[in-house]
Amino acid sequence: MADKKIRVMVAKPGLDGHDRGARVLARCFRDAGFEVIYTGCHQTPEQIASAAIQEDVDVVGLSCLSGAHRYLFPAVAKLLKEQGADDITVVGGGIIPEQDFQMLYDAGLKAVWVPGATLDSIVEWFRTNVQPRN
Amino acid sequence: MEKVKKIKGGDVRTASRLIRNLEDGVIEARSTIKHIFPLTGRAHVIGLTGSPGAGKSTLVDGLVESFRKKDKTVGVLAVDPTSPFTGGAILGDRIRMQRHAEDPGVFVRSLATRGALGGLAKAVGDAIHILDVMGKDKVIVETVGTGQQEVDIINHSHTVLVVLIPGMGDEIQAIKAGIMEIADIFVINKADREGSSKLRREIMAMLDMAPPETFAAGWRPPIIRVDNAFEPEGFGKSLEELSATIEKHYEHLVQHNLIGSRVRRKAAVELNEAIRNSVLEPVLNRLVQDGEIEGMIQKLINKETDPYTLADDVARRYLKECDA
Repeated sequence: MADKKIRVMVAKPGLDGHDRGARVLARCFRDAGFEVIYTGCHQTPEQIASAAIQEDVDVVGLSCLSGAHRYLFPAVAKLLKEQGADDITVVGGGIIPEQDFQMLYDAGLKAVWVPGATLDSIVEWFRTNVQPRN
Repeated sequence: MEKVKKIKGGDVRTASRLIRNLEDGVIEARSTIKHIFPLTGRAHVIGLTGSPGAGKSTLVDGLVESFRKKDKTVGVLAVDPTSPFTGGAILGDRIRMQRHAEDPGVFVRSLATRGALGGLAKAVGDAIHILDVMGKDKVIVETVGTGQQEVDIINHSHTVLVVLIPGMGDEIQAIKAGIMEIADIFVINKADREGSSKLRREIMAMLDMAPPETFAAGWRPPIIRVDNAFEPEGFGKSLEELSATIEKHYEHLVQHNLIGSRVRRKAAVELNEAIRNSVLEPVLNRLVQDGEIEGMIQKLINKETDPYTLADDVARRYLKECDA
């Protein structure tokens, strides 16, 4: 019987090394029954896009606490699109001012979370909005 | 077939999706594999196994670099465990290999065990075939962190590396059955740590006691010391020695016509697995769908019958040719 699992990549683009949040999320996704690929810190958008395609994930979750999300998040979405992989959902989180949300949505991100978001609400969003692909 | 053509052309998306569909048990994926199978048999498959934290992923990363220097293309399949409670998994081997993410000559794919017990994932055998048909010269398979007896890796590899680290137990561990028997090459990783000479002596003593016919055509598993990965120079040198030894082992297999026996072993296992899939799974699925299995379990709990009687009964209903 087909048993389709949600595959998620948790990635930290750029020079930001604060990965506690990313690791907590990875663990929380594991506990939600997802398969989680964690890339570690200091990734270039190119590395993340390429890894996401090799791993055939449903979602790429980007974490950035340094303020560089305006450059890094859209870069990942753009690279995926260029490689014909814009069916991979891109979401992000971190220290992100509210006025940046719209530009991230315009760049192709489907959701953005900031401090205070509960783990339950994030998992719930995944369950509602992400279907494992065929 | 369009998909097979794409995979032959090295298309990462198609290959990765096919691996995923195989993991998910999508029926159509199996029919694609029917077309993949005849094209296989080119790649040199290298298996790495060892305890959690022994340094397997870091070694794989180093080996990828060393093979890339020699212009070989590399596929990596890295297996990590699935939670028996939630079905989720954290696949973290890739962290050590991310510097190769942009190299088109390297394809890294993480797999979760999803209940398989032998240290590998169920789809690994087919995933190896796919990387092989993609044209990867070397396919490296990293098992989950293993204990003493997860030895399935020998069924899928030409060359098996058992990765050990100092300080993991006394000499009795070295003469136990299981994982210590399957090595073509022993790696003493983190060899700058205390106890590495002792570990080396223990492996040597174990090998000295082995009957000579254990060593196929005289291949006595060499023991390679690999120095601290944080000292790039020493680590790099160790890795060169290791990859040269891997090549030497493959040449040995070719020279002494031993590839055939490894291929045969893999074929037998795959057939076994495929029969299980085709014969057992549909029956189990039917029993689950009908809800019959629940009734059977209840009967067992009530001690009205036993598992063997129930199984015999199922066999009588579904197997026509065999005597149940």
